[in-house]
Amino acid sequence: MPQIIVENLVKHFRVSQRDTGVLGALRGLAHRRYETVKALDGVTFEIGPGELLGYVGPNGAGKSTTVKVMSGILVPDYGRCEILGLVPWKDRSRHVRHLGVVFGQRTQLWWDLPVIESFDLLRDIYRVPRHEYVKNLDEFVAVMDIESCLDTPVRQLSLGQRMRCDLAGALLHSPKLLFLDEPTIGMDAVSKVAFRQFIKRFNRERETTVILTTHDMNDIEAICDRLMIINSGKLLYDGGLDALRQQMSFERSLVVEMTDAGSPQVHPAAQLAMMNGRRVHIRFDPKQISAAALISDFTAHNDVDDLFVEDPPIEEIIARFYEGNDVG
Amino acid sequence: MLASTKVMTLVSYWAVISARFRSLLQYRSAALAGLVTQIVWGIIRVMIFQAFYSSTTTEQPMSGREVETYIWLGQAFLAALPWNIDTDLRSLIRSGGIGYELVRPVDLHTYWMSRALAWRTAPMLMRSIPLLVFAFMVMGMAPPATVAAGAAFMISMCAAIVLSSAITTFLNVTMLWTIAGDGITQLTFGLVLIFSGMLVPLPLFPDWSQPLINAMPFRGLVDTPYRLYLGHIPASDLPQHLAHQLFWILAFVVAGRIALSRALRRVVVQGG
Repeated sequence: MPQIIVENLVKHFRVSQRDTGVLGALRGLAHRRYETVKALDGVTFEIGPGELLGYVGPNGAGKSTTVKVMSGILVPDYGRCEILGLVPWKDRSRHVRHLGVVFGQRTQLWWDLPVIESFDLLRDIYRVPRHEYVKNLDEFVAVMDIESCLDTPVRQLSLGQRMRCDLAGALLHSPKLLFLDEPTIGMDAVSKVAFRQFIKRFNRERETTVILTTHDMNDIEAICDRLMIINSGKLLYDGGLDALRQQMSFERSLVVEMTDAGSPQVHPAAQLAMMNGRRVHIRFDPKQISAAALISDFTAHNDVDDLFVEDPPIEEIIARFYEGNDVG
Repeated sequence: MLASTKVMTLVSYWAVISARFRSLLQYRSAALAGLVTQIVWGIIRVMIFQAFYSSTTTEQPMSGREVETYIWLGQAFLAALPWNIDTDLRSLIRSGGIGYELVRPVDLHTYWMSRALAWRTAPMLMRSIPLLVFAFMVMGMAPPATVAAGAAFMISMCAAIVLSSAITTFLNVTMLWTIAGDGITQLTFGLVLIFSGMLVPLPLFPDWSQPLINAMPFRGLVDTPYRLYLGHIPASDLPQHLAHQLFWILAFVVAGRIALSRALRRVVVQGG
């Protein structure tokens, strides 16, 4: 039984247009031109309980619009959306009780108050029973290392600290669903890694369903089991990361550390891409020659110290995916 | 069961009021600056009315001393007037942080009105207590006419703050349409200033304008509680004046709720 059912969701925005310059501004006063932007153009998917789903797409693709519709913030023009049996925008108040959200770049904590007071406030707003609140808070403080932040006003926290506190705040009422909208934006590498671990952990331990929208493919690669790609309001891909790799990646690389510098002998189905001292990059298409066959051929003809096979970076795969679908 | 749910709901809103209140108490230097400004303005206003009273020979509907006390009450409770919108909410609406307000399991209008209650009381309390002490000690402000007048004033003043919060919440809701909210705020501020009694005590307005002024909601913010304090309205008349205040509180709450539910149907959360 899926937890989230989204069927043929459509949302158009009218965006007012203005000509440039003073004349354009004056013309805009008399007559406004509107352009329709199709933020969602028939999106359909289902999500089961406990899934950890990555949702990617270029800017303006419709990611955040989808999340906002699912949060009950936006009313779609057309289509069906049911979450835990409720229609988000009709049963907003009941629906959001099971929902935790983190919008990156914005905080849900009160700017001027110490973090702990925001947490207490969230406890009262969500009416979290005291024992559950204490248990959650103790766990989050320990796991996310935010003990020292609790008495600090939010405005004085670093971004990494603030996002951790924001995540803790979103989880205090033990939501069944967690929507994260570009949470890692602007974070340093260490904070990102830690943040991903928390998400993964809560997803696993509490079976919280997580939808993570992001531009950082490393987020997806590190924690998501399933990936949805959206562009121009249409869902282009929905499936596993490995399946996408297989579908998209025509080329992989064999990186070899040679015993001696010098021109290696390469199988005719593969090609020498780059040589850097003793290090050699060989590009090959797995459909023409398997990695195993290439390696055994290469080690038979050359003296090798070390080697490994490299996948193209996920960014490249996705970028190619957007391009392919724009052309197609 | 139902009763305990109700109590829990109240706990939520009380928590909002108290958190907002505490965060507003941090703006102490703004309060100090406001205090000084309001004292200076109070002295100027008192001097203007003294000049006016010393040059008039006809009987006025209020005595000079009554007007002075009326003015000092106005200076003390100035910040409780619905003269601006919640700047925090404005930045939430502009930045798109409003999304967080919409994912809370609370009634949004009551939630915002709770914020408004704190927004109207915290700065007012910080300024009013020292200002009243100053007015009593230095400026010769009069105490309430009677104990009953004092009690009636307290009750009516509470209603005035709730009314102010209802109007503020209505103004906050209009921001969902206009985003800036400056136009409607200035318009409202003008109306409030004139028709509440803040500029000139309402009894001094011409007789022909009295029915109009009486019907409007704004006298419930200033004139009604202050005249109860002075005994200019007898404490025994409290019920009918309180009814006027309650009627307008209800009217603004209903209007705010309708406007909010319409706005939410068409709201576009900025960004993303």
